[in-house]
Amino acid sequence: MLDIPIPVLLGQVTVGLVNGCFYAMLSLGLAIIFGLLNVINFAHGAVYMMGAFAACLAARWLGINYWMALIVVPLVVGAFGMLVERLLLRRLAGLDHLYSLLLTFGLALVLEGVFLDIYGSAGLSYSGPPQLNGLVDLGFTRLPLYRAWVVAVSLAVCIGIWLLIERTSLGANLRAGTENPRLVQALGINVPMMVTLTYGLGVGLAALAGVLAAPIYQVQPLMGSNLLIIAFAVVVIGGLGSTLGAILTGLALGVVEGLSKVFYPEISSTTVFIIMALVLLLRPAGLFGREA
Amino acid sequence: MSSPVLLSRTAFAKRGAHPIAQGPARREVLALDDLHAWYGESHILHGIRLSLAEGEVVSLLGRNGGGRTTTLRAIMGLVDRRTGSVRVSGIETVQMPPHRIARLGVGYCPEERGIFASLTCEENLRLPPSQAGGGMSVEEIYALLPNLAERRKTQGTRLSGGEQQMLAIARVLRTGSRLLLLDEISEGLAPVIVDRLLDLILRLKALSYTILLVEQNTHFVEGLADRHFVVERGQVVLHVTADELAASAELLERYIGL
Repeated sequence: MLDIPIPVLLGQVTVGLVNGCFYAMLSLGLAIIFGLLNVINFAHGAVYMMGAFAACLAARWLGINYWMALIVVPLVVGAFGMLVERLLLRRLAGLDHLYSLLLTFGLALVLEGVFLDIYGSAGLSYSGPPQLNGLVDLGFTRLPLYRAWVVAVSLAVCIGIWLLIERTSLGANLRAGTENPRLVQALGINVPMMVTLTYGLGVGLAALAGVLAAPIYQVQPLMGSNLLIIAFAVVVIGGLGSTLGAILTGLALGVVEGLSKVFYPEISSTTVFIIMALVLLLRPAGLFGREA
Repeated sequence: MSSPVLLSRTAFAKRGAHPIAQGPARREVLALDDLHAWYGESHILHGIRLSLAEGEVVSLLGRNGGGRTTTLRAIMGLVDRRTGSVRVSGIETVQMPPHRIARLGVGYCPEERGIFASLTCEENLRLPPSQAGGGMSVEEIYALLPNLAERRKTQGTRLSGGEQQMLAIARVLRTGSRLLLLDEISEGLAPVIVDRLLDLILRLKALSYTILLVEQNTHFVEGLADRHFVVERGQVVLHVTADELAASAELLERYIGL
């Protein structure tokens, strides 16, 4: 059983880590949004897809290169998210979760439908930055340089956002707002503004993941749908609203999924959901959640 | 006619936290007029009328469910709907969102104290933004309440009940709020702690803070409040000044006795 060569094992671990980075970035955004807005953001996969498309289209139409896109696209798509919050989601504040869930789900269908109509299911291809062509030799395996870059950027961004939330006064506002937004507002903090910016941050994060993904995955309208389901599972396993939980669980599940491809490939796409079922049975609040 | 008033306001602003001269120059800090409030379909307040002058301490007495807590929440804009008039330092706030009301210098301590579990003691203290002019610095607060200084890195909800209550008050003092809305601050605390709270509020009174207190404990507000309002079924049913308190004991007992 365990006669699998170590390099193969470690190779799958690194591939899994790359996937895990995308899970972590998407789940982190979902967790932040759910924490403050109580919105289960089903549009998250669609904005990730928009991020990838925006990188392609910006390159075609405006000649914006990858490095610029990495900054511009999250800002533009994040601004789109803020508009959605201001014009649509805000009207549903205070109602049952179900309303905002349906709204964002519908929004995802509309966005995916529009992109399908224009670009078809095959989508576009995007070539990454030439500076990151080539391989890095890790000893046990050779990893494309671009994938190493993805891991580095995602980890830096996730750690940065975690520090922002846990260690700064801006983050203290967000943490307090997650507990009791009404009281936070009564203490003089502009909570409606904070809600808009937080949604923008979560959406921008998904768009950034989309730009990072564009050179490795096919840029097509449904690229976010599959990923989103896993990202939701990650949030549930990590514990609803726990930022650290979302990051660590995202990375860990990517690796576990990679490993399961070595040991029992048939089960690899189901692994995440088996783990989710187990966690829900044994620790319903999630691995990092606060038990009620 | 208006210039002497203006002068005295400016003089007060310059003197900051020192007691203001008594007399007609005491400006109105809070005025509720025909205030109605709703939670969903429930009509809780039915035309509350009261006003507080600068430096005054006023208590809201009455039975639970009479609308005292809702009065404070309605002042902050924390009810589902409100009508009538709520003027803070002469500014009409009935259409304003809560954060703008707070920034007019209204410090609110909710009944459940509202200390955040995911914030440390000091993060709780620094959470509300300071208003123009500012209030006590964190160092001044720690000098006033040394217990909090020792526990600055402690998770907010791990503080004792008394410490949490001190923190909830200190939190709004830091912003520079000069009008304090304090909801049942003595509730559920040991007598020693209640005495310390009383000392704190007396000190704030001496610094001419304007304070509206909701209290169950009549002993706590005796000798502290200048005036008392009894609130029942969403209306003010009795108004007693501190001098009349002893004479009205029987009447009060009828309203707030169990």
